[in-house]
Amino acid sequence: MVTRGFTGRRQPANVVDRIPPGQHVVNDFPVLSAGPTPKIAVDKWTFTLRVGTEPVMTWNWVEFNALPQTQMTRDIHCVTTWSKLDTLWEGVLIDDILARAGIAPPTGFVLAHSYGGYATNLPAADLTGGLAMVALRYKGQSLEPDHGGPARLLVPHLYFWKSAKWVNALQFTLRNELGFWEQRGYHIYGDPWREQRYTDD
Amino acid sequence: MTEALILARPVVHWQTAVVKEVVARTARIKSFILAPSQPFKLLAGQHVNVRLTAPDGYRAMRSYSIATPPENPCEIELAIEHLEDGEVSPFFHEVVEVGDKIEFRGPLGGHFVWTSTDGGPLLLVGGGSGLVPLMAIIRHREAVAPDLPVVLLLSARNWDDVLYRDELLALHERRNGFTLALTLTLEAPKRDVAYGRRVDGSMMAEVLRRLPSSPRHVYVCGTNPFVNAAVDGAMAAGTPACIIRTERYGI
Repeated sequence: MVTRGFTGRRQPANVVDRIPPGQHVVNDFPVLSAGPTPKIAVDKWTFTLRVGTEPVMTWNWVEFNALPQTQMTRDIHCVTTWSKLDTLWEGVLIDDILARAGIAPPTGFVLAHSYGGYATNLPAADLTGGLAMVALRYKGQSLEPDHGGPARLLVPHLYFWKSAKWVNALQFTLRNELGFWEQRGYHIYGDPWREQRYTDD
Repeated sequence: MTEALILARPVVHWQTAVVKEVVARTARIKSFILAPSQPFKLLAGQHVNVRLTAPDGYRAMRSYSIATPPENPCEIELAIEHLEDGEVSPFFHEVVEVGDKIEFRGPLGGHFVWTSTDGGPLLLVGGGSGLVPLMAIIRHREAVAPDLPVVLLLSARNWDDVLYRDELLALHERRNGFTLALTLTLEAPKRDVAYGRRVDGSMMAEVLRRLPSSPRHVYVCGTNPFVNAAVDGAMAAGTPACIIRTERYGI
């Protein structure tokens, strides 16, 4: 249906093929979250890899920063319709976390857990193969609490609610368990190019 | 309970509503009253996605909170602030007229919602048009739990910028458990205006004391710095993080 009188803006021609359907480019970095912003001191921070309920390995801040660091420049897409291009992140690839723990993905699914109680679910295959990292820096600076600091998950090829802020654990699960927003009507997978915003999209 | 309701909700498909009325609320905010083609079931605090389509197929989509409560299934009120550099809000303010058709899907959002089974007391904190989802909660409370203790701390730039001012002042005057605490960031306090500054920790501690007992739920909506200031203040005054729900504009 054409909306009477609406012409709208067009995305710049040089980036139009980088903007998924229904998205628009922003230059600022919007902050969205469902509750208070956790403020985690790095000397209290830990990150745990679990298989089911069993912890495989836990790192403190110093140990985690000693893992191989990788840079990634990616476009990111929020389900609320903003996209931000060429964002520069630095952190630890999930591949390098698994390598350090000495395991290959033991199940097909992962729940990412965060300080503050947030969780989101992902197929393990979307976290490995260089696709995802635990990001520690944005544009060369430590991550601010508003943007998920000290550390957030970065899974840039999925809607950005999957890139859990304040991440503190990855848990391999047998089934694809629903996370926080996934239980509240959001899509189980969240591919922006297929516009998988809500459960039945 | 709330989540069970959300999980049970049907497929959220695109539908068309007719603009039934346009009401100028403040210099920058207009309400668009939409009439959906069938009764619209929602929970207080939810939003819709609105989709605009240009003749060449280009589309823009935005989320807007709903101000109408579940008691009014034949109308969907969206109170939209005019953002000068925006794409969709200027279209609503400058182009949309009564009788136009608007595509939308919803209701959406399963977290920033309140039902009578959630109970109270409630502390609601809104900045500017961040009042909109809280207004649905306030109106719903009037219908289903009219003696539930609620304090609304509302921040606006000045007296004329206060969204739903007359409705809120009238509710406050009924003294049935609803208390309005108004703060104006660009004007001094006066009659009906408790504060003349941005939300801070001592303000949050004071408004919490205006409830008969600690709140069961706290809802905060506005810009990100506004939400952070309100949440930090509430937590410094002893409010546990787990009872605070936030909705942020993103900016």
